[in-house]
Amino acid sequence: MAKKSLGNIRRSFAPWTDPAAKPLVTFERVTKRFGAVSAVEDLSLAIHAGEFFALLGPSGCGKTTLMRMLAGFETPDSGRILLDGVDLAGIPPHRRPTNMMFQSYALFPHMSVEANIAFGLRQEGMAKADIAARVAEMLALARLEGFAKRRPDQLSGGQRQRVALARALAKRPKVLLLDEPLGALDRKLREETQYELMDLQSELGMTFLMVTHDQDEAMVMADRIAVMERGRIAQVAPPEEIYEKPASRYVAEFVGDINIFEGAIAAIAGDIITVESPVCGTILLDEEDVSLPAGARVFVAVRPEKIVISHDEPALSANKVSGEVWDIGYLGDYTMVQVKIGGEGGPLIKVALANHARRAERPIAWEDQVWLSWEIEAGILLGGEA
Amino acid sequence: MNARHKLRRLAVLAPPMLWLGLFFFVPFLVVLRISLSDSAPAIPPYAPHWPGLGEIGTFIRALDIENYITLLSDDLYLGAYLSSLRIAATATLLTLLLGFPLAYAMTRAPKVWQPALLVLVILPFWTSFLIRVYAWMAILRPEGVLDQVLGQLGITSAPLNLLNTEAAVLIGIVYSYLPFMVLPVYASLERIDPALTEAAADLGATPLKRFFLITVPLAMPGIMAGAFLVLIPAIGEFVIPDLLGGSDTLMIGKVLWTEFFANRDWPLASAVAIVMLLILVGPLLLFQRLADTGRRA
Repeated sequence: MAKKSLGNIRRSFAPWTDPAAKPLVTFERVTKRFGAVSAVEDLSLAIHAGEFFALLGPSGCGKTTLMRMLAGFETPDSGRILLDGVDLAGIPPHRRPTNMMFQSYALFPHMSVEANIAFGLRQEGMAKADIAARVAEMLALARLEGFAKRRPDQLSGGQRQRVALARALAKRPKVLLLDEPLGALDRKLREETQYELMDLQSELGMTFLMVTHDQDEAMVMADRIAVMERGRIAQVAPPEEIYEKPASRYVAEFVGDINIFEGAIAAIAGDIITVESPVCGTILLDEEDVSLPAGARVFVAVRPEKIVISHDEPALSANKVSGEVWDIGYLGDYTMVQVKIGGEGGPLIKVALANHARRAERPIAWEDQVWLSWEIEAGILLGGEA
Repeated sequence: MNARHKLRRLAVLAPPMLWLGLFFFVPFLVVLRISLSDSAPAIPPYAPHWPGLGEIGTFIRALDIENYITLLSDDLYLGAYLSSLRIAATATLLTLLLGFPLAYAMTRAPKVWQPALLVLVILPFWTSFLIRVYAWMAILRPEGVLDQVLGQLGITSAPLNLLNTEAAVLIGIVYSYLPFMVLPVYASLERIDPALTEAAADLGATPLKRFFLITVPLAMPGIMAGAFLVLIPAIGEFVIPDLLGGSDTLMIGKVLWTEFFANRDWPLASAVAIVMLLILVGPLLLFQRLADTGRRA
């Protein structure tokens, strides 16, 4: 029987799965140190043409340094960066076919919107008429037609963001670099802009490389995400794989909410793994290609939305645990319930309750005794190290 | 509420207004009144004297603009004004050419050094201005420090005879006013977001173009402030041309001093001062205007 796919979406664009495809950008064993601190450590990565690629990680993980090395603002201490087969070593930023949208936007305050967008084209020595045509095209693309003569300080935050984008796109770079592109926008505008950026990217067929610390942003927009941890890549995969099949405890905990149980493998029968956990007894998992031996210390991770909460004991032999409702956070679209296992001092398990209906028959209350359970496919097996 | 608000505003505005009135406007009126009087062998050496409110009519009728006509008809004064402007403008340009790279280098220095560098720029102020100008006399005079050093190094064989030349005056002004250029230029350079020059580089601008298209325009408020801080006092400078410039250098500050102390012609000296003030007000208003448009941009 064929395995079900991860998540509930199907992607038709996946050049990274084709071993014959030639990547557009390649980082080869790149290391960059600042003093004694290494920002990027022996990192290799390939990004394909047409991809919307996100570098995701907490601040200080090296994602910005990695992007700045591609733009030419930092020089790697060792390793190579190739763009379209060309080694970028020794090429200064002003001669690289990449353009960046800066986190602060870095709009030139003494120039009009028009002049900002035309700046890069003027440096190329493009003919005046062509510049005017391209600027008009960019203004239309960024929905800024009426604002050509304005100065940056006469624009709203969202408009400034679009000017920065238009300016970076004007030269039609081989790779567009986006440094926290939505970081300065408020929530509502950020959500709208996410989809605009995605539409723009597929319309232009351009390669986008984005740096972000915001997992939602990366999940929504990117074709693939590289989760970074202290200068290294923890996992590179499409969003649904990052979420449903994290490669390590770090990735599992960084992306989304998760419950982690410690335990040991008791038995392996084909794809069905049995783990004995001190907190919730026997856990059954369905995982392929498990290389760990029986007896190995492991972590089992379960996402809050995959746990079912009930007042009555479910008719299951495993994957269930009872506890007391400790905290309830009502968020509108779902409710986050924290359940304490084993009384005072015990661990808390997070359960996300989707609010499908407007009214619940048996609502959950604080201090209720409840049962938690999950499907055999819900659990994720993670190696015991770290 | 409204009355209290007005009162509070008045309380905030009153001290500076009072200060300006007492130490600028009133003295200005006194000098203006003397400039409209005639020179007379009296104490103080002008006429008419204030006769009291009863005879204010006769008093006002005795005032005239004769001194201003003298200023316009004698080439000496016009020449002095023009040469002051020329020397001050040249010195301002030289100060900018020297001060901008200095300020730029300071912003590029490691952050921990910058406070120390700023102190170094201000450090000369801890010694009296007059003493520093005297020191320049010792450096520039024939067989002075400069001649000796250059002679020892074999660069020059004969004394340069710099003292009592316009070059000495320029050296003196540039040296004395350099901090007034460096500080505002540094302040405006330091405020420029480094991401702006990076963005320009990213968009294809060479280092030279980044400098002239981004750095210089954004540093313009500082450059203008520095230029006027140097230009305006330099026009009226007296000590430097008197000590370093000798009798050949004609500057309006020196003319003023001569009229006042040597010729004891207070009314004419006052007229010179008033005209100098008017000349300085021109560029000041221009500066205000530029600063305003700069702020609106």
